[in-house]
Amino acid sequence: MTQEENLKQALVGKFGYLDGKINITRERRIFLEVEYQNFANVFEYIVNQLNFHHLCTITGLDEAEKLSFIYHLSLESGVLLNLKTGVPKQAPVIKSVIKYFPGAEIYERELVDLFGAKVEGLPEGNRYPLTDDWPKNEYPLRKDWKAKGK
Amino acid sequence: MREEEKFKIPIGPQHPALKEPENFSLALKGEKIMGVEIRLGYNHRGIEKAAEARTYVQDVYLLERVCGICSHAHSTCFVQAVEEIAGAQVPKRALYIRTLIAELERIHSHLLWLGVAGHEIGFDTLLMYTWRDREIVMDILALLTGNRVNYGINTLGGVRRDINKEEIETINNGVDILEERTKYYIEVATQETTIIKRLSGVGILSREDALELDAVGPTARASGVKRDIRHDDPYAAYAEIDFNVITDDHSDVYGRTVVRVKELMEAYKIVRQCLKDMPDGPITVKVPRKIPVGEAISRYEAPRGEDVHFVKSNGTEYPERVKVRAPTLANLRAVKHMLKDRFLADMPIVVAAIDPCFSCTDRLISVENNGSRDKQFLTWEALRNYSIEWHRDKGIDFTELNKNFRKRLGSI
Repeated sequence: MTQEENLKQALVGKFGYLDGKINITRERRIFLEVEYQNFANVFEYIVNQLNFHHLCTITGLDEAEKLSFIYHLSLESGVLLNLKTGVPKQAPVIKSVIKYFPGAEIYERELVDLFGAKVEGLPEGNRYPLTDDWPKNEYPLRKDWKAKGK
Repeated sequence: MREEEKFKIPIGPQHPALKEPENFSLALKGEKIMGVEIRLGYNHRGIEKAAEARTYVQDVYLLERVCGICSHAHSTCFVQAVEEIAGAQVPKRALYIRTLIAELERIHSHLLWLGVAGHEIGFDTLLMYTWRDREIVMDILALLTGNRVNYGINTLGGVRRDINKEEIETINNGVDILEERTKYYIEVATQETTIIKRLSGVGILSREDALELDAVGPTARASGVKRDIRHDDPYAAYAEIDFNVITDDHSDVYGRTVVRVKELMEAYKIVRQCLKDMPDGPITVKVPRKIPVGEAISRYEAPRGEDVHFVKSNGTEYPERVKVRAPTLANLRAVKHMLKDRFLADMPIVVAAIDPCFSCTDRLISVENNGSRDKQFLTWEALRNYSIEWHRDKGIDFTELNKNFRKRLGSI
C-alpha cells in the first residue's frame, strides 16, 4: 500500500467521520475537509501523530456563506496534506495554530486582513499586509469586495 | 530590563541602506539588539485579487511578475497547478526546458546573492567579480527566452520556445566558464580569512529552530535541514535528474554562503544533464481556455526556498482563487530569531543572508544597426575602448597597472 493510502487509513481509523472525505488526487497529494468543531482534534493528530511538521501556508477562501481555510501541511518525504475547514462568514472565528507552528503568525495575520477572519490566540503585533489606515470592515479577498476606481 | 532603557531605531520602509521597502524596528541596548519587530506589506500589490479578474493565460504573465529575480519560479509553480487541474500531459521536452531555465535562474540568483553578500560585508571586489560573471548566465537566459528577467518561457501546457543545437553549445561553453569561476569562489568562501571571520557565528539558526520556525531553502539547508522540493516533491524533470541536496552544519551566515556556492556547482551539473538527456518531441500541448472545477497545490524550489501556489478553479476561464506563498515570507520569522541578542552591525548581512527578494529589472539593451545615419552603435568592446581612451585623454591611464595585476593574478 502506498504511503498516501496508509495515512488515509490511519486518519479514518482514528476519526470514523472522515470516511469518504479524504481524497488522494495524485502521488503525494491528500485533500480532506473537516467540520470546524472537529478541526482541533484532527489537526493535532496530523501534526503530532502523523508527523506533519512543516506548515507550508494557510489559504483563505470566500465560499459564499462561509469562510474556508486550507492548512497545507507537509511531511519531510514530500507528501502534502491539505486540511480544509470552514466557519460561517457571519462569525468567522478560528483558533490560532501558532502553538504548533510559530511561523504561522504571518499567515494568520493575512487571513485577518484580507478575509476578515478573527483569529483567537494571535499575539498583539503589526498587521499584515494592509496599511495601518486601511478602512474597517473592508476585506479585499472577499468576493463582494471590488477595488474602487479613482 | 525596563522599557525606557532600550533605544528604539526604525530601519525602513524607506532607508538608504535597504533595497526594498520593509520596516524593521529594533530595540537596542548599546549595540545589542534586544527585540525585533518587522512590519511588512509596503510592497503588497494585490496580485492574488488581480489574478481572479484575469484569465489563466494572462495570469501566467501576471504571476511571473511577483518577483523580478525568481520570476520563472512563480510562473512554473502556477502553470503546474493549472495543468494538474486540467489534466494536461505536458511533453517531456517542455519539462526539461523548464528545468533548464530553472537552474539557469538559480545560477543567476545565487551569483547575485554572493555579490550582495560581499557588498554587505564591505568586500566589494567579490560583488564586482560575481556580477561580472553573472552576465554570462544573463546572456544565456536572454538568448533562450528573449529576456534577462521575466522570461515568459512558460505557457499552459508547456513552453513557448524550443532550443536548438547552437544554443546548446553556447550554454555548454558558458557553463564551463562559470564552473571554473565558481571553483574559485568556493576557494574564496572557504579559505579567505576576512569572509570566514566576518560570517562565522553571525545570524545563528540552530537545526531545531530552523525546523520549528519552518525555514525554507538555503536558510534551512545551512542549518542541516535536508529540505529541498526538487528532491522531496519532484516536479518538471527533477525526478529523472541526478543531483545532491547540499546541506551544511554551520547554521550561520557562513553556512548559508557555503550552501549557495556549492549549489551553483550542482546547478551546472543539472544544466548539463538537461542538455544531454533532453528528449526530442513537441514542446507544448493544448490546454482548454476554460479549466474544469478543481483545486491543486504546486510547490517549487525557488533559489530562496519553497514557493507554493494554490489554485482553485470554477469551470470558467478565470480562476476562483490563486494563493501565493513566496519563500521570503516563510524565512522572515527566522530572521527575527537570528537578530535577537546580536549586534546592530550584523543586521544588514543577517537580513541579506536569507536572500530577500529584490527587484532586479536592469537590462542591457542591444540594438541592431538598421542603417539609421544619425545614431552611432558601439559594440561592448568598442564601448570599453572608448571609455579607456576617454579616461586617457583626461590623464588617467591604467594600462601599466592592469599589466601588473594580470601578472599577479595569473590564471584567475
